[in-house]
Amino acid sequence: MNGVHDMGGMHGMGPVMIEKDEPVFHAAWEARVYALQRATSFHGTWNIDMSRFSRERMPPAAYLAATYYERWLFGLQTLLVEQGLVTAQELATGRAATKADATAALRVSDVPARMRGRLSARVAAKVPPKFMPGDPVVARSINPVGHTRLPRYVRGRRGTIHLDHGVFTFPDTNAMSRDPKPQHCYSVRFDARELWGREVSARDSVYLDLFDDYLDAA
Amino acid sequence: MSNDHDEEHLREHDRPLSGPALRVKALESLLVEKGLVEAKALDAIIDFYETKVGPHNGARIVARAWTDPAYKRRLLTDATAAIDEVGFGGSEGEDMLVLENAPKVHNMVVCTLCSCYPWPVLGLPPVWYKSSAYRARAVIDPRGLLKELGLELSDDVEVRVWDSTAELRYLVLPERPAGTDGWTEEQLAALVTRDAMVGVAKVPPPEAADR
Repeated sequence: MNGVHDMGGMHGMGPVMIEKDEPVFHAAWEARVYALQRATSFHGTWNIDMSRFSRERMPPAAYLAATYYERWLFGLQTLLVEQGLVTAQELATGRAATKADATAALRVSDVPARMRGRLSARVAAKVPPKFMPGDPVVARSINPVGHTRLPRYVRGRRGTIHLDHGVFTFPDTNAMSRDPKPQHCYSVRFDARELWGREVSARDSVYLDLFDDYLDAA
Repeated sequence: MSNDHDEEHLREHDRPLSGPALRVKALESLLVEKGLVEAKALDAIIDFYETKVGPHNGARIVARAWTDPAYKRRLLTDATAAIDEVGFGGSEGEDMLVLENAPKVHNMVVCTLCSCYPWPVLGLPPVWYKSSAYRARAVIDPRGLLKELGLELSDDVEVRVWDSTAELRYLVLPERPAGTDGWTEEQLAALVTRDAMVGVAKVPPPEAADR
């Protein structure tokens, strides 16, 4: 979706402020909402692409006004209700109408293994690549209303395949219909001038990780 | 948005957010009561990200690469396996790539769409990395941004910005600072900063770090 989360190249966002000796969390509730997202995802009711899409659907004005973990709270509440782990009524009242099998929840003893676990989006499926390193490509000019990882700032722009990362789950379909649609994901190099015009350095470039379904031969 | 309840739920957030602490507390109570989460597991998750992972992990990788040429080669060709050798891996680090900075090549990493970051080696991302300002500017004006942050690159340096748009996660291998000949891996690791491993700073030489 063409949302405000797709920020690459926007102006007016102000300076970047680096906080010295920054804590991992700035408030206890931030830590709790982070942990709640991780613990509820253990149920496997949604995938990471659905999680990202839940946060992207925060209304634009609210998204920009929210802190990072407020977006996570919005996304988590959205997923819990949409995916049926919690009803809207339960969320509104804070009282459980039904109870789940608690033995299926992430246990404290399982946490280290879960945090260190490898849930790679890499897929073993044999899918032929459409492109080879060195191939000129153009990012498709598409405007999907659902989830996509093709930022607006490269759509319609020409780049070169830098690396073939191998076969991965395709986020666009995985987020919308749980269809992994395995395909190659590539590192694609774009000249900074192709993206931003002649004002920027001719030496500079931007690399994005893009899928077969985002690219055409140029 | 499959039904009216969901639409109502989403509309509610058109209003400015307030009291997230209260809402998170209520949500946690509900999820514990429903048997969907165990409170002690939440404590353990928080402890893991507050104490077990962080930039100190990435610093060890960088220091080893600086002192062990064979390790550095492995790191640059199969980063995930080389990082695993040192004992780091897991969520948001399943497929790693390491980018080597050099006198004429400067790499920096961003996630313009959300906040993708290599958790096992750098921990959870700092606020500035997730900020609208960084996400917006890193790709269009990396030189201006770096200059504001105190790193002025000359015109003959090539800047490569890596936008983490898929599930690959990036760690920058900064240049080893001068004045560290003969230093041990441990001494070097203490010099390496998070910001240098994201590519918005250089590792300061020891005399600057001491100041």
